[in-house]
Formats: sequence, structure tokens, C-alpha cells
Amino acid sequence: MALTAHDRGSTGNEAGLQPATLLSQPFAAVGKAVIAWIDNLGASAIFLILALMKIFRYDQLSKGIQQLYYIGARSTAIIILVGLFTGMVLGLQSYYALVKFGAQGAVGTLVALSLVRELGPVLTAIMITARAGSAITAEVGILRISEQIDALHTMRIDPPAYLISPRITASIIGFPLLTAVFALVGIMDGYISGVLLLGVNAGTYFHRVQASLDMKDITEGFIKAFVFAGIVSTVCCFHGYFAHIRSDSHGAKAVGLSTTSAVVTSCMLILVADYVVTSLLI
Amino acid sequence: MDTPLIEFRDVTKRFGAITVLERINLKIYEGQITTIIGLSGGGKTVLLKHMIGLLKPDTGTILFRGKPIAKMKKAQVEASLARMSFMFQDNALFDSMTVRENIALPLKETTNLKKAEIDKRVMARIEQTELVDAAHKFPSELSGGMQKRAALARALVTDPQIILFDEPTAGQDPVRKNAILSMIAQYQRKFGFTAVLVSHEIPDVYFISNRILALYNRRIVFQGTPEELENFDHPFKDEVLHSMEGLQEELSGLHSKRQFKVLYHSQMKHRALGETYTVAVFSLDSLESIISILGHEAAQEAIRSMGSYIDKHFGAIGGFSTRHHTNEFVTVLPYSELDEARDILKEFIEDFREHGIRDIWAGASRRAAPGECAEFTVLAGLAQGQPIADINAVIASAESQLKEISRMQCPAGGIST
Repeated sequence: MALTAHDRGSTGNEAGLQPATLLSQPFAAVGKAVIAWIDNLGASAIFLILALMKIFRYDQLSKGIQQLYYIGARSTAIIILVGLFTGMVLGLQSYYALVKFGAQGAVGTLVALSLVRELGPVLTAIMITARAGSAITAEVGILRISEQIDALHTMRIDPPAYLISPRITASIIGFPLLTAVFALVGIMDGYISGVLLLGVNAGTYFHRVQASLDMKDITEGFIKAFVFAGIVSTVCCFHGYFAHIRSDSHGAKAVGLSTTSAVVTSCMLILVADYVVTSLLI
Repeated sequence: MDTPLIEFRDVTKRFGAITVLERINLKIYEGQITTIIGLSGGGKTVLLKHMIGLLKPDTGTILFRGKPIAKMKKAQVEASLARMSFMFQDNALFDSMTVRENIALPLKETTNLKKAEIDKRVMARIEQTELVDAAHKFPSELSGGMQKRAALARALVTDPQIILFDEPTAGQDPVRKNAILSMIAQYQRKFGFTAVLVSHEIPDVYFISNRILALYNRRIVFQGTPEELENFDHPFKDEVLHSMEGLQEELSGLHSKRQFKVLYHSQMKHRALGETYTVAVFSLDSLESIISILGHEAAQEAIRSMGSYIDKHFGAIGGFSTRHHTNEFVTVLPYSELDEARDILKEFIEDFREHGIRDIWAGASRRAAPGECAEFTVLAGLAQGQPIADINAVIASAESQLKEISRMQCPAGGIST
């Protein structure tokens, strides 16, 4: 925010600040935010490592399956729905773009590569963040503010092992599976819009899908899904788990703000990580 | 004295710039009920959370059986903490689990017991805490008192040696408050655990506590028995205790012990040497039997009804009364000599047999299951005192004279007195 001469004068006089201090304030604020962000990043990484260390314990199986049901199975319908319209729009747009060059036969290639390498992992992760990630933050946050996590401590139950590890396990298993479902549904719906509605040859469509996709593309899609699973589950659990130490709010409001932060941070990190992973694998 | 089970030495805790506990020194002894009293927001819960390891002191040492926890190996600390349970002020029950699942949770997650054994132990606790009908309900479907009982059952299910209770009676009505305290005292006697309570319920907690710790201005200013606290001379007594105690005892509506003493002294200071007064002691016997058959709330309702009846009868003729122990009431007849008091008591007994005991039964039965009946006895004793005499000695003398004045019986097919 730019300060006027009057603002500068009055602010400087009232607070007794020197011009040099005033000039350094924006940098100090940015620096403070960056330090806090790095601090959080480090804490999240430690949080993830601690939770990952516990995922191979014997008692994790049943909890992991239960969470897989909530995070994975119950997200299937929304993933199919989003995959359906994404595939159809992709078929439609790519047909009208390619028909100008007489290359409408390549619709299958465009749909398949876009979905398997890019849109499938990214949109699946964003949809799971919206549906299950927000729920994870809210649930863990409420457990925290109502002292239920403290109660676990007093019962000698390890809260990260009880609450966090099963959610991370379920995400690591669920994200790739849902990404595969998304890509599959998208390719089928690219067929509906491209072949059934716009008249691309069916044989050409499937031939192009098969010919253009190789194992490297599928691997890239799955690697992204794994990375996004780690990001979303860690960020959402982390924000909920530490909802009680937010400096800007307390109680239910802290849970609400933590949920918002978790969803926004997850979505941003998904896009950043997508670029990083793509540039590393391409 | 024995080595304390838990000891704090110069423990200080700060949250940012705020010092919550400052050079705290305290001792908790095994097998006792210790109550921490103090003003709200004074750091009592913080103190309790240090005991169970939820918080760590900034400076100072916490010792467990004489050994500093900070110097123990991780396994030793875990073993020490595993003997403890914590009952939270807001219960901290898992809202997505039923009462039964909540109680089973610590056994399921921290032991290798088979499901049948876990079920057996959980059911035992559910029955002991009178939650059989609520076993499959969620915490949000229960009353405040039932939630407290569920939290207590969860705290008891691992057979802990130490249970920390953070304001176990908060938000309860007087009968339920006393029922919860009575429940804690009963289980403590039955299972022999060490109990540490944080409570504002003065004087009700005195009836069940072996030791009292007073937290005032971030420090422990008193450690001792409830009787020793009576003679404690410190600003804490005026600023905290008197404001908490009030003029009336909440359950029975009788004078608080402090108000009783004030009345006693104001009545006696104008009396001449040689003048006498009489003390009557009334005791509701078989309280344990009422608790086991009708439940804690019914027992407390019986105590409340008895106090109310005594007050109604003796208050009308210038007497004043207080609850002296959990089930014992003391009445002072300031202008009656022993012979006159005997006549007054005789009238009281006749009236009590006619109406009083039925009032007590009616009170208790309101809180009990239909058709349940418990036999109980009411005792009374008289003693004469002089203004210069120690009131406690006169009360003790009256206690030694306790005789049965009325009995409640439950024959098949009806209730007789």
C-alpha cells in the first residue's frame, strides 16, 4: 500500500519512526511472512515424516481401510461426474481446434494425453481437496479444540498414529486410483463428444488413444497423484491438528479459517508441484 | 510422611509474557483424594496438565515417586504416565463414537486384550456408572450428568492408579454435583486409586477430600487437610474461599459451615458463664446401600430432603443447622438445655416418623428407577455444651450418643417406616 506524504508524516511522528524504518517495514513484513511460511513448511515436513513412520504399524490396516472409504470410495461419484464433463469438454474443444487443420483424427491423442498426464491428476487432487481435504481439516480441528486430541494423549494413544497416518495412507492409495478413474471416464466421454456427437471415426479415436499413450505418460500421472496425495493429506491434517495455535482466531472460527487455509494452500501447492514434477519428468 | 506420589518443586510455567504458575511446590500422596482449589483462570487446569505430561514446566522439577520425570528414560516416563487417567472438564468424549465405543477406546488402542475381555471390562464399568441404557447412544444424546459418568467410566476402564479430575462437577445442579463427588469418593474407596481434583465446589469437596491445595496468585499457598484449612490465616481465605463458599450450603440449603460458625459465635458471645446450649447430630445411615440400590443422585436427593426437613423443624424454634459430613447434620439449639432439647427431639422424632422419613424417601425415589427400594436408618444424638466449650468437642460428644430414631423398610408389597 502506497503512503501519502500526510500519512508518512503523521505515522512517522506518532510512532516516532525514522524514514529508514518506514522504508524497511514492507520488507520486514515480507520477510516475516516468508520466515513463517518456511517455518510452516518445515513443520509440515516433520509432521509428514512422523506420520509416515507410523503407517506400517500393525494396527493401521483397519483404520487405513476406513479412511480409504471416506477419502476414496465416497469421492468416486464426484470424480466420475467431473471426469465426465471434463472429457466431454476436452473432446469438444479439441475437435473444433483440430478440425481447422484437418487433424480431427488426433482428438483421441489430445484427450488421452491431457487427461492422463495433466488434467486427471490435477483435477482429481483439487476435487478431493474440496470434498475430503476440507472435511479432514474440520474434523481434526474440532478434535483439537474440543480437547479430544489431548484426551488421546492422556489415554496413551499416539494422536498422529491414530488420526494422521491412516488419512495419509488412504490418500496415497486413493489418489492414484481416483486419478485412474478420472482419466478413464474422461477418455470415454471424449469418445461421446468427439465420436458420437461430432462424428470422429471411432476406430481412429481409440487407435490414437492407444498409440499416443505409453507407460511413461501413465507413470507420470501416477507420480503426480502420489505427490498430490502427500501434499493434500499433510496440509489438511496439519492445519486441523494445529488449529488451536492460530494467532488470528480461536475455537470454531479457528477451525473455519484453518479449513479455508488448508484448501487454498493445498490447491496452490498442487499447481506448483504439478509444474515442478512435470519439468522434472518431461 | 511417605514419599509423595507426585511432587512439584519450584515449577514455573509461562505462556508468552503471562506467568501462570510461579515456583509451585506441592505434594500429592498415594491413595488420597487431593483437591486443588482456586479462582477461575488461576492455572488449576494448567497444573493438572503438567501432572499428566500434556504440558511441561519452563523451570522447576516434577517428581514421580521421588524421581525427577525429566531425568527418567522415555520408557519409564511412559510407564508412569500409563498409570494415570484424566477426566476433562468438558469430558472430551468422542462425539462420533457411542458411549460403549468411547469407554472401550483406551483398551482397544493400548492393550492386546481380546474383544471378549474388552467387552467384559467395558460392560462392568458401564454397569457401575449406571449407563446401561445409554451404552449405544452418542454423547450428544446424553444429559450433562450422564456424559460425566461416561467420561468417568472411560477414565476408570484401564484401572488407573491415579485419576486427575478437571472440574468434574462443572455445570451440574447441586444434587448431580454431589452425586458426582460421591461417586468419585465411592470409586476411590472401592478401587483405591489416587484422585486429584480441580474444583470450585466449596464446601462440598471438603466432605470427600483428604487434602486441599490452594492455588492463589500463581502459587500454592496452602497444603493440608480440610480441617487445617479452617484455621488457615491468609488473604486467600477472605478473597477466594469465602466468596466461593457463600452463606448457604448448595445441596441442603442449610447454613454453610462458615456461616454456621459465625452464627454460633454471635449467639454465644453474649451468653453468661454457666448457661448451656444443646447440639443435636442427625445421621443418614446406610448411605452406601442407598447408593448401590438407588444410585448416587437418589442418595444426594435423600440428603437434601433430610437437611431441608431438619431446617424446617428446628429453624422454626430458633435452631440453626449445617451439614457436617456427607450424611451428617448438626443443629444448635442455642437456648435449650439438655432436658428441654430431649423433649424437642421427642416431638421431632414423632413428626419425623410420620412425615420426615417419607419426605426423604420421596426425594430419593424421584431420582431412582420405579419399583426400586432401599432400606435406610436415621440416627440422632444430643449433647450439652457451654459457650466456652469447643463446639467440635460438643459435636463429637453428640456423635457418640447417636441412636436410631427411624428406619425405612421395604417389605414385599409396600414400604413401611
